[in-house]
Amino acid sequence: MPKHDTPMMDELEKGPWPSFVSDLKRQAEKSPQCWDILGQMELSFKDRITHWKHGGIVGVFGYGGGIVGRYSDVPDKFPGVAHFHTVRLNQPSSKFYSTEMLRKVCDLWEKRGSGMTNMHGSTGDLVLLGTRTEELEPLFYDLTHDLNWDLGGSGSNLRTPSCCLGKARCEWACYDTQAACHTMTMHYQDEIHRPAFPYKFKFKFSGCANDCVAAAARSDLATIGTWRDKIRINQDEVKKYISGENKQNGGGVDDSFGKFDIQKDVIDLCPTGCMWMEDDELKIDDAECTRCMHCINIMPKALRPGTDTGATIMMGAKAPILDGAQLGTMIVPFIKMDPENDFEELVDIIEKVWDWWMENGKNRERLGETMQRVGLPTFLRVMEIEPIPQHVKEPRTNPYVFWREEEVEGGWDRDIKEFRKRHAM
Amino acid sequence: MGYDPENPMKDRITDIGPPHYEQFFPPVIKENYGKWLYHEIVRPGVLKHVSETGAECYTIRVGSPRLISVEHIREICDIADKHCDGFVRWTTRNNIEFMVDSEDKVQPLLDDLASRGNKFPVGGTGASVSNMVHTQGWIHCHTPATDASGVVKAVMDELFEYFVEMKLPAKCKLALACCLNMCGAVHASDIAILGIHRKPPMIDHEAITGVCELPLAIAACPLGAVKPAKATLESGEEIKSVKVNAERCMFCGNCYTMCPAMPLADPEGDGCAILVGGKVSASRGGATFSKLVIPFLPNNPPRWPEVVQAVKKILEAWAKNARKYERLGEWAERIGWEKFFEVCDIPFTEKSIDDYRLAYDTWRTTTQFKFTSHIK
Repeated sequence: MPKHDTPMMDELEKGPWPSFVSDLKRQAEKSPQCWDILGQMELSFKDRITHWKHGGIVGVFGYGGGIVGRYSDVPDKFPGVAHFHTVRLNQPSSKFYSTEMLRKVCDLWEKRGSGMTNMHGSTGDLVLLGTRTEELEPLFYDLTHDLNWDLGGSGSNLRTPSCCLGKARCEWACYDTQAACHTMTMHYQDEIHRPAFPYKFKFKFSGCANDCVAAAARSDLATIGTWRDKIRINQDEVKKYISGENKQNGGGVDDSFGKFDIQKDVIDLCPTGCMWMEDDELKIDDAECTRCMHCINIMPKALRPGTDTGATIMMGAKAPILDGAQLGTMIVPFIKMDPENDFEELVDIIEKVWDWWMENGKNRERLGETMQRVGLPTFLRVMEIEPIPQHVKEPRTNPYVFWREEEVEGGWDRDIKEFRKRHAM
Repeated sequence: MGYDPENPMKDRITDIGPPHYEQFFPPVIKENYGKWLYHEIVRPGVLKHVSETGAECYTIRVGSPRLISVEHIREICDIADKHCDGFVRWTTRNNIEFMVDSEDKVQPLLDDLASRGNKFPVGGTGASVSNMVHTQGWIHCHTPATDASGVVKAVMDELFEYFVEMKLPAKCKLALACCLNMCGAVHASDIAILGIHRKPPMIDHEAITGVCELPLAIAACPLGAVKPAKATLESGEEIKSVKVNAERCMFCGNCYTMCPAMPLADPEGDGCAILVGGKVSASRGGATFSKLVIPFLPNNPPRWPEVVQAVKKILEAWAKNARKYERLGEWAERIGWEKFFEVCDIPFTEKSIDDYRLAYDTWRTTTQFKFTSHIK
């Protein structure tokens, strides 16, 4: 039976989109603390302000992350949510599950917590939402012993890595994103569980430039699939797009916006203008292609990424706090992504940037901000990467170069007296 | 057996990571890993992937509020057990994906989903509004300037037809972050709702000594608006505390993140900003940031009508005027942002002119503009 009057919450049971309020009420029959979640939410809707206290350090022994402490600021009214800590479970790569495993998670969480979850958190974790401090150790014991499953990251550590679904169900994956994500997650368990960084650090793995996990916008180190040979063309399928037999954009866009027109929809929208028709065949000057994926997206049956595949590494993306949002900066144009050698080339890059950032990053400074502070030339030097024009959109427009002494003939030591002998004041 | 509170370190297991993903693959996924040839969207919410082996995988994409109960997950498991050999997955945008290995299994699955009320809407593919990524808001967070689940429910109810059909010029990705920390990273979305504060932090001198490292609170301010100061408690005791130069405050809330004695949330001060025109994919042009076009709308629970209408108005203006494949930001760039404000009937204010770092990059430095109604 409902414990509180929740007229505003009840309003959100109407409408065609699935209602989290109806769902909370359903769970409340088994997990009575859900009535207090609804009650406190109703109070927040009425007061137009949160009723959660700031922070609270809780966790499991030996870990510095994975649990986020949370306490109600009105615990007398809503004792069921007086403690409401969050538990982050490290999601399996690209979020496939067996129902057998999911049911075990459900049973564990109904026993040890509120029964409410986020599928999933913004960084990728399977989030168990709301439990009491005394439940944390027993929950962790059951999680590791019975489910063979571990916590994800929180705080100033490596956050839980995430990836697109890659080769599991996508024809465009230029490397095995799931293997890369899982291998790095296992390789860096210590960095995920025990915060030792200046601030958070995120890995995201996308199989192509469509970037389904927003690696370029959201991760300190983005690994984005690409190729360095030629787009594979099936000319018969190109003809079927032109004839209308194949659906444009794989059927993703309605013909009311215009029937497929290879000139208008593909050739004219190519950002480098490297495509043309010749004798009924689509031609691509691959040396001019920047692999943006537009043409492939529009004609998925006719065009495919090349076969000499690997990844481009971008670094420093982050949301606005504090210096403003940053997109990832292209740092390493191409590496092979080889599961056979446990992604050795990627590991080298990661360890080089961490060594430097742990030494030089200030407290609560994301990698992108440290890069801004020291400048890209300095950053490339510490990464031992040769500067190439691909590192910039355009050359600098100001002439204020930080020349180093060793670059200037004769160095910087000069004698003013010698100078004055030739140049009177 | 089980956890022994007397001996917490006994048999302790740590650092085992997540379960290996491969054990969760449906057979058709496992057998065709790395062999996929092409895909089609058969109808809104239904994807067909074809393998080099000739095998087919049909995926039914279903919306979800993200905040879901274990009872709901069990129902998802029931569906997956009945139709999908006991496997299911989630997408980055909080959609659920049910996969089957032949076309004849699609309709029974769709019928089953449809029979369960409004719990499992099928859609979110191609040129649609996909599910909104969002943050916690008032359900769990200590720093929000607005709610998350409530606003998202209100917006998705209103835009439902654009989720279940594909009638937009291109895909449109919506996102909500309930404060500037943006754990939902809405800074590269077609349409973003962002919770913002507008009142500077209060200072709880009575509590500050016990809960804050003053140097961290001072260093937390990107504009140097937090300074050391002395304060006198009710007891008459003089303590070291801080003061805030309100004129320099940009309401980012970073001081509160570092210092619980500096709360800034407020029913009147808080609300939502709308930012538009960002995208992540490299398609045509690279990733772009969302731009602030509406600086403030009030928090008006339970349905945030001002926010919902603003989002809908922008979405429909774009849908009506954009060319095929043109994302919202590409359309605004092509017609010019002055035209965007006119077409969307959004008043332009000084709040949309950047005066933070690197602001000059966004000022117009050519004489090439359009004579819209803004020029009197």
